[in-house]
Amino acid sequence: MNILYDERVDGELPRADKAILLAELRQRIPDLKLLHSAEDLRPYECDGLSAYRTTPMLVALPERLEQVATLLKVCHAQKIPVVPRGAGTGLSGGALPLEQGVLLVMAKFNRILEINPQGRFARVQPGVRNLAISQAAAPHELYYAPDPSSQIACSIGGNVAENAGGVHCLKYGLTVHNLLKVEILTVEGERLTLGSDALDSPGFDLLALFTGSEGMLGVVTEVTVKLLPKPQVAKVLLAAFDSVEKAGAAVADIIAAGIVPGGLEMMDNLSIRAAEDFIHAGYPVDAEAILLCELDGVEADVHDDCERVRHVLEKAGATEVRLARDEVERAKFWAGRKNAFPAVGRISPDYYCMDGTIPKRQLPAVLRGIKDFSDEYGLRVANVFHAGDGNMHPLILFDANAPGELERAEELGAKILELCVAVGGSITGEHGVGREKINSMCVQFNADELTVFHAVKAAFDPSGLLNPGKNIPTLHRCAEFGGMHVHAGKLPFPELERF
Amino acid sequence: MSTASMIERADDSAAVLVEQVQDALSQRRPLAIRGGDSKAFLGRMVDGEPLDMRAHIGIVSYDPTELVVTARAGTTLVDLVAALDAHEQMLPFEPPRFDGVATLGGSIASGLSGPRRPWAGSARDFVLGTRVITGHGKHLRFGGEVMKNVAGYDLSRLMAGSFGCLGIITEVSLKVLPKPRLCRSLRLEMPADRALLKLSEWGQQPLPISGACHDGSALCLRLEGGEGSVLAACDRLGGEPQQASLWDDLREQRLDFFRDPRPLWRLSVPLATPSLAVPGEQFIDWGGAQRWLKSDMSEADLRRIVTEVGGHAICYTAGHAASPFHPLPTGLMRYHRQLKAALDPQGIFNPGRQYAEV
Repeated sequence: MNILYDERVDGELPRADKAILLAELRQRIPDLKLLHSAEDLRPYECDGLSAYRTTPMLVALPERLEQVATLLKVCHAQKIPVVPRGAGTGLSGGALPLEQGVLLVMAKFNRILEINPQGRFARVQPGVRNLAISQAAAPHELYYAPDPSSQIACSIGGNVAENAGGVHCLKYGLTVHNLLKVEILTVEGERLTLGSDALDSPGFDLLALFTGSEGMLGVVTEVTVKLLPKPQVAKVLLAAFDSVEKAGAAVADIIAAGIVPGGLEMMDNLSIRAAEDFIHAGYPVDAEAILLCELDGVEADVHDDCERVRHVLEKAGATEVRLARDEVERAKFWAGRKNAFPAVGRISPDYYCMDGTIPKRQLPAVLRGIKDFSDEYGLRVANVFHAGDGNMHPLILFDANAPGELERAEELGAKILELCVAVGGSITGEHGVGREKINSMCVQFNADELTVFHAVKAAFDPSGLLNPGKNIPTLHRCAEFGGMHVHAGKLPFPELERF
Repeated sequence: MSTASMIERADDSAAVLVEQVQDALSQRRPLAIRGGDSKAFLGRMVDGEPLDMRAHIGIVSYDPTELVVTARAGTTLVDLVAALDAHEQMLPFEPPRFDGVATLGGSIASGLSGPRRPWAGSARDFVLGTRVITGHGKHLRFGGEVMKNVAGYDLSRLMAGSFGCLGIITEVSLKVLPKPRLCRSLRLEMPADRALLKLSEWGQQPLPISGACHDGSALCLRLEGGEGSVLAACDRLGGEPQQASLWDDLREQRLDFFRDPRPLWRLSVPLATPSLAVPGEQFIDWGGAQRWLKSDMSEADLRRIVTEVGGHAICYTAGHAASPFHPLPTGLMRYHRQLKAALDPQGIFNPGRQYAEV
């Protein structure tokens, strides 16, 4: 089922008059940079989910807060949908434009406003890149912990909108755990402060609610993040296994030994071979699975924990355990993992990256399920896995030029997500729902739960003009989607009319 | 859970609770949601029929290697912590147990966290999922039992600290962590001003601090981690050994400081805030970010001073302040009202507990 906005099931959008909107915006905000010609709009027709493209009606590139506020007020008055966007690196189509909507690009808000080492926070504009915060804090031996793999390019405003993660989440948390305060503008252009400079703030925890809300409750205009002291040292162990079951059991054993690694990653044989061919990280290409376990902190503790982990890994049946001798080797071990996606890109014309999460104990069963789907659909799947926090990234290999392969890859992906939900997990750990997983939301949540989500949306945006169609499917979409996925003879959403 | 005591203490009363809520909804009868009733001193009086959560108890699932525990709302923290103790794990946010009667549901609904909060995170930070009875009388599930989950709006963390005003928490899944290998506490005699400066300096360094308070005459630190880091930090920081029970007594508000008959205020301020010149006795916690105050000063004056430094104040003495929670700006209150109306359209869940408007 196509994921592009479909008014028939996603809800009717207001008909906008581009000329009237353009005229009013030019008159009210003369210095606002606007793009409206076909060739200027093209670069903005997709985000990181490039298989899906929609040309927006207009692109606005504001540089000052008042411009954003006025733009929102004008759009609200004229009933024009607004899709906010940061750096556009998101993988789930959270910033996919609408033909009848304005794409509000916040990338020009790229100033770091304050680095405060005493208060251990950084106050930045939403277009500041994730990595730029840690770079600015580095002279104080501080850093910003969440490190999504796109961190050199992705913006902090987008990180807030998607509740971005990374490889260090088990120990250091997601974006939501590392925020103090965000400034937002509502759909009506009203300024609100969520959170505070203190560790908590009065009232409902709207900061938590807004984090990960995919730009549907408000537009992020300023972010205050927590900074942490940099760990003194980080060491990484590489362990090879002759079965994924053993590798999965080793992960549980590490946790049971009372150790919380900074990072704990698993790769399967196909990923190992692809990465080794590309990066020459020294991975054992015959292993069925490898684990990378990073321990960080104070030197003496890290040294002791490395010994403990080595012992655990050997006891769990590792065929080989290697401790990176130095920073060069540590970087090399990580380079293989961090380049796993492009490495897989070299062995297949295209790949589709999934993002489900599962309870870690379910890993062997889920990998077996993925193997079965892979055989059924005739498409290879490479598995990389944030093993510490249960976040899987199966990469489905396909060729977009082969007729029907993209559709097959997507169907296989949806099957994997259904399996994640069935074993007690989630359809998305860190990439977000956006448009990509809008149908899979119908698997994870029932009609009553989705109704509550829509009520929350309406509390902040009653007219539904902020990023419509993302994150939460309509009940009509689920009815239609569910009609294709009849479970145990029972139709989900029986109360709804089928189209 | 496999232990007999846990089985004895398990009882799923969700169906009864849902019925009680539906009954209240049909008659538009407000409910005063109650666990151990250990935090009645906090917030405004609720005029409603008591809804007792204490029969809905038991640990639903706990797999230590997943670092996740799920338990029903009426489970006491004491029972929950005992189950974690058996596997050398803990609730890192150290919620107060208040004479053993505090329940899991009440702890999450009030969002209270103990001395480790600035370093480990708050109650809300450890919430992974909740089951909630909604204002439409439905028993729904938000979030889950996995560390990373960004599907839909984060209603489970929104429930934390909402004082029952948005729905009835019936079940909570929490992230738990292994207990540290070693814990040492130190006492360093120094005035509060100097302690705050030292805390700011040390906070920028990778020291294993997990508790930092100042009792008026000395800075007390708790160090937790591996043997190497804790012993090295003890050597470096000096001072005298301090009894570890201090942190329990602080968390439970059992220290002499809390016996002072004057009203108790909790001031939440930015990390590097200098000493606050206000009349009364102060006890600094959370490495400077939380100041306990025993004072007769006027609510208005206190709120003005705390707001100026970027913080807020909550009154911890029942019936003393007109608005125990810090008043919200008009714009923010509007969205609080709209959110309340969306999730509890008939206004039957703890109406007015936090603010008269919600």
